[in-house]
Amino acid sequence: MTRHIGAAPPDDAVTCTRLTYAFGGTKAVDGLDLSVRQGEVFGLLGPNGAGKTTAIRCITTLLPVPSGTVRVFGHDAARDRMAVRRLLGYVPQQLSADAALTGRENVTLFARVFDVPRRERAARVAQALAAVGLADAAERLANTYSGGMVRRLELAQALVSAPRLLILDEPTIGLDPIARTGVWEHINTVRAVTGMTVLVTTHYMDEADQYCDRVGLMHRGRIRALGTPAELRRGLGERRRAHGAPATDPLPTLEDVFRDVAGSGLDDSSGDFRDVRSTRRTARRVG
Amino acid sequence: MSEAPAAPPAASADPARAHGIDLLVRPPRPRAGRRLLPARVVALCAVELQKLRHDRTELYTRAVQPALWLLIFGQTFTRIRAIPTGGVPYIDFMAPGIIAQSAMFIAIFYGIQIIWERDAGVLDKLLVTPTPRSALVTGKAFAAGVKSLVQAVVVVLIAALLGVALTWNPLRLLGVAAAVVLGSAFFSCLSMSIAGIVRSRDRLMGIGQAITMPLFFASNALYPVAVMPGWLQAVSRANPLSYQVDALRGLLLGTPAHLAADFAVLVGAAALGITAASGLLGRLAR
Repeated sequence: MTRHIGAAPPDDAVTCTRLTYAFGGTKAVDGLDLSVRQGEVFGLLGPNGAGKTTAIRCITTLLPVPSGTVRVFGHDAARDRMAVRRLLGYVPQQLSADAALTGRENVTLFARVFDVPRRERAARVAQALAAVGLADAAERLANTYSGGMVRRLELAQALVSAPRLLILDEPTIGLDPIARTGVWEHINTVRAVTGMTVLVTTHYMDEADQYCDRVGLMHRGRIRALGTPAELRRGLGERRRAHGAPATDPLPTLEDVFRDVAGSGLDDSSGDFRDVRSTRRTARRVG
Repeated sequence: MSEAPAAPPAASADPARAHGIDLLVRPPRPRAGRRLLPARVVALCAVELQKLRHDRTELYTRAVQPALWLLIFGQTFTRIRAIPTGGVPYIDFMAPGIIAQSAMFIAIFYGIQIIWERDAGVLDKLLVTPTPRSALVTGKAFAAGVKSLVQAVVVVLIAALLGVALTWNPLRLLGVAAAVVLGSAFFSCLSMSIAGIVRSRDRLMGIGQAITMPLFFASNALYPVAVMPGWLQAVSRANPLSYQVDALRGLLLGTPAHLAADFAVLVGAAALGITAASGLLGRLAR
């Protein structure tokens, strides 16, 4: 194993160093430093336009790394793309299962493109479908699936290659609460057994609080607060008490933490693109 | 973290087996480099066949136009004998042209599927698998070829029903299949390249509509090159469809053809198309 060879710290699943990515004049990711430890569930939180998806797309090799470095288990995501891809399971934001194929065919395609040998392909696909509770629906076309089922099918597609890093971009967006819980339960069952690392973006703070080991609050292209959900909430509670808030105040939620981080020094915390761009333009003019 | 780092496989296999996911613990071994491309082509062609098996509507609706071309245009022009065909009935002469046309129509709109896959996130997901872009494009090109081939079989059967004297020599039919797949590979790559440039379904649809008929009429599909004005002959010589039709005509009817040159052009065009489309595919991932 090459785990301890190479410059990157061997115990990190993902390391981004000063990652910057700009669309035209807008820096979607602006000097992002991020490390995801092996085996943890790391939540990248932030409002729309915070740069979460762009950062994820750089890590998955979908976007080039124009500035900074991205390493996945020590492999450079800009140079060693194939090695990085072999370690990844990726579930994009859109419902991306092929509606014209059955559940089983959807998963089989990914078993094939990850070079699962023919003799164990059927068994592996069956296990992936069973792991997400779709064994009974495997022969149905995906266009008959509910939103939650499609998400679980995509999870099976990602899991069939036994990824060491599962990357989920807004996995529960648009799902009802029961389907959301279902998706997370399946992720956690597989994770408990395989020890895979999970990197997830979400803007559901309650979900991050409940399921993530650590979270990074992203705003305007950079991580603004990092820690376990409990640490972040406790930290804000202590800061508030230091500023004279009564000790009887309830512990702040992650959402409070986020508002605290995103709102500091800003008029509002909307963080939309035009907002970012105009700030940048001003900053450049000022020097 | 309280978890023991790197638990030995024997210990982690038990809970895996208990959950029925013991295979999902082990990543598959990477395939050797030279076997990767054929494996990806097979994977993507299999998907195309599965889709055709689930929904044959397109296969039937796309059979209507070639059937009408053969039935109306073919039978009428057979009667008026306006076009010099070298002794073969006109409907026989045009049948290979119509086969090539229906295959080209499928391939030239294949890029729309790529844009749809981009919008749906399917393409992103495929690009995050250990599949180089050139392998993905080659796979898609051959998948379009497979789809066209199934369509070509339907048109061949229609032509046979209308009394066109086609060969049933299996070797020649294999050659026909190769010509159909290679031509479709080129036209689907042309379509995917345009998709990479315009990046929108509507624009690609418009461009597809605009170029299919000129490609068809500026070829030897309906009339021999010899009857064309000089400028059109030049266009026809640059049109891969002409070489495909020439090969199909030679193989299906036994008319004089330039098979070696035809296949050389088709292979070259397909390779060129794959290179161009692979280079432009990245634009769809942005």
